[in-house]
Parts: sequence; structure tokens; C-alpha cells
Amino acid sequence: MDERVAAGTLRGRGEGVRWERLGLPVVLVLLGIVFGAANRNFLTAANLSNVARQYSPLALISIGQTFVIINGGIDLTVGALMALTSVCAALAMLAWGFAPGVLAGLALGTAVGAANGVLVARTPIPPFIVTLGALSMARGAAFTISGGQPISGLPTPLLWLGSGAIGPVPVPAAVALAAFVIFHIVLTRTRFGLYTLAIGGNEEATRLSGVPTGWYKGMAYVLSGLLAATAGLILTARTFSGQPTIGESQELYAIASVVIGGTRLGGGEGSLVRTFLGVLVIAILGNGLNLLNVSSFIQMILIGLIIVLAVGTDFVRERIR
Amino acid sequence: MPNALLEMRGITKAFPGVQALRDVDLALHAGEVHVLVGENGAGKSTLIKILSGVYQADRGTIQLRGEPISFRSPRDAQDRGISTVYQEFNLVPQLSVAENIYLGQEPVRGWLGWVDRGRRTAAARELLGSLDIAVPPGGPVRALGVAEQQLVEIARALSRAVRIIVMDEPTAALTAHEIRGLFASIRALKTRGVGVIYISHRLEELAEIGDRVTVLRDGQRVGTARVGEVSTDAIIRMMVGREVREKYPKTAVAPGEEVLRVQGLTRPGVLTDVSFSLRRGEILGIAGLVGAGRTELALALFGAVPVAGGTVTIKGRTVRVRSPRDAIRAGMALLPEDRKRQGLVLVQPIVTNITLPVVSRLQRWGLLDRRGMRALARRFAGALRIVTPDLDRRVAYLSGGNQQKVVLAKWLATRSEIVIFDEPTRGIDVGAKIEVYQLMSDLVAQGTGILMISSELPEVLGMSDRILVMRRGRVAGEFSREDATAERLMAAALAG
Repeated sequence: MDERVAAGTLRGRGEGVRWERLGLPVVLVLLGIVFGAANRNFLTAANLSNVARQYSPLALISIGQTFVIINGGIDLTVGALMALTSVCAALAMLAWGFAPGVLAGLALGTAVGAANGVLVARTPIPPFIVTLGALSMARGAAFTISGGQPISGLPTPLLWLGSGAIGPVPVPAAVALAAFVIFHIVLTRTRFGLYTLAIGGNEEATRLSGVPTGWYKGMAYVLSGLLAATAGLILTARTFSGQPTIGESQELYAIASVVIGGTRLGGGEGSLVRTFLGVLVIAILGNGLNLLNVSSFIQMILIGLIIVLAVGTDFVRERIR
Repeated sequence: MPNALLEMRGITKAFPGVQALRDVDLALHAGEVHVLVGENGAGKSTLIKILSGVYQADRGTIQLRGEPISFRSPRDAQDRGISTVYQEFNLVPQLSVAENIYLGQEPVRGWLGWVDRGRRTAAARELLGSLDIAVPPGGPVRALGVAEQQLVEIARALSRAVRIIVMDEPTAALTAHEIRGLFASIRALKTRGVGVIYISHRLEELAEIGDRVTVLRDGQRVGTARVGEVSTDAIIRMMVGREVREKYPKTAVAPGEEVLRVQGLTRPGVLTDVSFSLRRGEILGIAGLVGAGRTELALALFGAVPVAGGTVTIKGRTVRVRSPRDAIRAGMALLPEDRKRQGLVLVQPIVTNITLPVVSRLQRWGLLDRRGMRALARRFAGALRIVTPDLDRRVAYLSGGNQQKVVLAKWLATRSEIVIFDEPTRGIDVGAKIEVYQLMSDLVAQGTGILMISSELPEVLGMSDRILVMRRGRVAGEFSREDATAERLMAAALAG
């Protein structure tokens, strides 16, 4: 009887140090040491700032993807939506100027996310199919609207968004970091976050608890669309043109970041700290292998291996527990 | 004494924060029905999961016919002739009854391994027939009710070449007729020398089917006795470790004003013109057979399923309830029938589960008031004596009785004036049942109105002030506490 105590007499988190959470940070440090030793350019400020700039769009869409995956869904639209946003925002900037163009891009991403959200919440069509359809439509629309050509001649303030810096931090990285902090708080400290976790854990029980589950499920797709549009704007700024080809396969890398971090595909649990670490793994691996002149084809094979290994070790750990 | 078929000695198992079993012995002879009883959380499920290879014991030995064995997986145990019927169904809903029964042991033909579907269906039909189970072997399991699924689960266990069969509350969802059929097949198994470990909360079944009984409490074996040499009262004392006097702690409460009136509630094919009223301080029992529309009535009232017609009046005001959210705002709470599917988010901690319906009230500047959530959860978890090391524990790790208490705590926290209990004591032990009844009495004393749906007639008769009987989606009769007898309720439920 002594081990079992009525609730309320014990406080604190109770589960002690979660050693398994240290796995990914250790892997990251080891990767840093290996790449740092192999190439002296790796651990330079210039390179790291470049990595941060380059992988910020992936970080942004991985945040949205985390919310969608936690509530039990998936969002395949984000890569194509980056391209559609890029093309449309570029045209809007040519017509109305920089700021209206940015707003138009964000509004477009939000609208596409809302369309996904309504279909997921209000119809029995599975999220995979809804967002797969939207992926194809968004990519097709991006090519149709742009005629398959980059849209250039954009206003110069856009350059700052892609190449500028706030102190030592590149602007895209600052945007991504701010998004991580804000949405970590949203996930862990707000009703929206709590409901997202509860819906992924048991949608029926959550609905019977009086939660309008459809609304909260849909809102995750709206968030994902908004963040995909932000990522699309950053890429537009970095290429200084509206590009219908950007974002190819990025939705898959976003899903990979989320699951490498350890968020469960299928929903009910997950965190943005984990997703952040997952993005770091992909970013460091990609950059490190580039510096070692490993071909991008080999990189794809290695990243595939890492995805399977990361998720596989998660399951092994759960069995041991 | 003959050599035991199975001998478990000194079985010890700990989970993080909980000592589930300590030094438990259990022996089973061929042709014996050994009944395992104990409150929820006493360690029964853990013990049989160790026997069936789901968990490994930390310490202790298992001998099968004198030969020491260790199971690394459920498959290991099945290969040794140990078959288990779990409380939770392990059926594949999309597959047919026959496909489910023979899943993993399909009769095959030729070197390619073609499944002999004809032989499978025939074998399933024969097996179901021998158990007196009226279920078509070719139909999908999805189309079956809970009781029928339980019977298919039992048939599946029996389809294996078994020496030992473990049944975890097999009768919880069965009707009296089906239970008789099940007991007949258990007796047939006994004559074939099969040993049966039988877990049940229905102590009246002991005398009918059991040979010996072992009582577990707090992970330890309290005692083992021959059935007939020990009284039911003595077993209850051993289970709870204290005297249980009143089984139904019903207190007389003067009914107050009407709090709920339902008129002409209709849902095509399910509910027809259901009308009744409920007063403050009153427990309205709702009896009827499985499928009579009782659960559907609860879900319809609560806005979880749409209705075609009818009005709901709460405290004199007609309300439109189109979602559970509307129902909660109108002052209703629903403790659903199936706690794992409808009541709990198993992967989330106790705090989240308890505060889920009220969390909108616990916000500050758009952020959750986590201290407030914790305080609320601690208050209700404490009031219901939920046994857990801490409130951040996932609900999945709690025992069945404690999980049910989390569902209770969650709805108590809403302070609703109308509480619907759907099968409030299903699958929980004697001690926890009495706590639930006590809680109901406390609620009505505070002026709450309670709708209690139950398949346990003694419970309906013991706790209700008034009883509605439902049959085929209609109200088939209404009885006052004084007029109600088990016979009258059954007569109304069956025909009338």
C-alpha cells in the first residue's frame, strides 16, 4: 500500500528525468563534432548563419505540420502552397507594392488552409486525401498562373526579408525562431493547444466533453496554411522572384522533421521542442554532407535511413518501457 | 493432491510508481474452474497478462504440468495451450465472424496455402452451434452488438487447442440466457480436462460455476478457498478488507421542482415519442434490454446524435441542444457507457482529463491557468479517492476503477444540475460500486437530478426513486420505487 498514494498528497512531475529525451540532443552534438572535425568551415558563424537562413522555411512548415499531426491528421499541401503563395504574392507585389503583396500571400495561405480545414472537419474525406488533392491543385495553379516562368522585377524591400539580418540573426531565422517560441506557448499553454492534443488522443471523448472538435481540427490546417505562406514569402525573397517550382517535396521533409523529433504519427502527443530538434537534424545533416561533397542523391538515401531509424528506435524504447 | 496443471509461484511485478503484484501464488488443476476476484487495481488483470505472455514477471516462476516455462509473447502462451478472452475485444471489425475466429490459424489447402473458406465457415458454424451462439459465421463482426462480440471472442479462444482458458469478466455484457449458454460450454470444457481461470465481479456466479476462489487485494493474495466453504460476505470482506454493510446507500431526499422535461423525443428507427420528466433530488432509473434505445436516449439528450423531433425543457426553459457543448451549457453531464472510447483521452494526464469540459473557465490573458487546473483536478481526484502517484500520470496507466473515477471527477467538476449515468458500475468492483452509489446519493442530496441507465436490475431497484422501462425505442412503462419489482420491470421490457 505504501507505493500507492491518494492523489493530491504528492506533487511535481513524478516521472523523473526523461533520459530518452536526451537521445536527439546527443545525436546533434555528435553530428556537430563529426562534421566540425571533418570540415573546418562547418562550425563557422558564416556557415551556421547560412544553414539557419536556408532551413527556416522548412522549420516554419514543420510547426504547422506538428499541430496537424498531433490532432490526428496530416497536411501534404504545404510544399505546393509555398509555390502558389510565391507566385501570387509576386504578382500582387507587382500590382500593388510590397506590403499589400505580403498580406495577399498570407491571406491566400490562410484561405487554402481554411479550405482544407473545412473539408477535414465537415466531411468524412480523410486528411491525407483532402490535402493530397489540394497539393495537386495548388501546384497546378502555381504553374498555370505563372505560365511556368519565374516572376521577377519585385520591389526591393523584399530583399531584406530574405537576406537581411537582425543583429547576428538572419531575418528568416528570426521569423522561424519567433514562430517556434510563440507556437510552443500556444501548444502547451492555451486552450487551443490542449484541445489539439485531446482531439488527437480521443476525438469522441473530447467531443462529448463539449469541445467543438471540428473547429479546432480545422484551425490546425489554417495555421499550417498561414505558416506555409510565410515560408513561401521567405523563399520568394531569397530567390527575389515568384517561383512556381519551389517547395517540391518539402511537405515530406516537414513530416520527417516532426517524426524524427519523436512526435507520434497518429496524434495525441507531441511537442514543438521535439520538432525543432528534428529540423536541426535534417538541417545539420544536409549542410554537413554538402560540405563533405556528398552528392545530393546520397543525401536523400541517408535522410531516408535516419527517418526509419529515428522512428524505429522510438518503438523499441516504448517496448522496453 | 494431483499434480497441478498450472502453478504460478511468487509472481511479482512492478510498473513505474505502482507495485502491481507481490509474491502471488496461483494453482490450477485440470478440469477446474478457478475464480479470481478482487477490486479493480487488485492485480487480477496484471496476473493474467503475465500468464498469457503480455507482460513478463519481475520475479516468480510458472510451471505447466511441473515443467518450468517462461513466455516472451502472447504467441508463446497460445502455443502452450493457454488461451485468453480479454475484456477489451481483439476482433477485426471488417472481417467476418469465421475469419475472426480462425485468424492466424486458417485451414489451408495445397502448397500455396489457399485458405479453405468453405471448411472455415463450416467449422465456425459447428463451433458456434455447439456453444448455442446464434450469430451468422459469414457476417461481419462490425454488425454485431457488444454481447455477440463477446461470444465470438469466447468462441475464438475455444477454437484453439486449449489446456487452459483465461476469461476476464466474460459475462459483463451478456444477458441471463447467454450466460447460461456460456456456463454450459464451460462445463463441457471441464469434462475435457481444460482448466479455467475465471475473473468476475459477479459473486453470485461463484457458486454456480466456480470450484475454487482466490482473492487478490492490492497486488497480494489474500486467500484461496473451495467454493462452498466460504460465504459471499467473507469473500467481500477479503476483497475490500472491511465490512460492507449497505449495498445501496440510498438516502431519502424530498424531490424538488422539475429540472428536466422531455416531450416526444424522436430519432427515426431508434427513439419514438419518448417523454418523461425529472425533478431535483430524484434518481430516475432507465431499465430495458440491450438495444432498447436507452444509450441512444442519453446521446440524443446530450446532443451527441441528432434528433428529428421533440422538445427538451430545462428548468422551465425550452432549450435546443445540438451538440454536447450546448448540453453542458444547459447544465447537463453525461457519463458515457464506454469509458475508454467515449470518456477518456487515455494518452493525456489526469489533470487534462478532469478539466477538459471546464477548461474554458480556467484561462487568464488567453493562457491556461495551469495552477487553477491542477487545484481543481486535485480537489475532485481527492474527493473521489483516485489512487495515483501524481496527477500528471497518463490515464492509460490507471486501473479500470480509477479510470472510471476520473470520468466521474471530470463531470463533477462541471457542477451540472442534470447528470446522466450510462451503466455507471459496468466492470467495476464491489467497493468502487458502493462509492459510485454513495456519490449519486450525495449529488441528489445537493439537488441534482439523475438519470441512471443500467442493465443491472438490482441496481435500478436499489437506487431509483422512479423507473422508466424502455422497449424498442419507446417508454414501455413507468414504476414508482414502491411498485417496482424485478418481475414487473422484466415483463415491461419484454412485452406489454
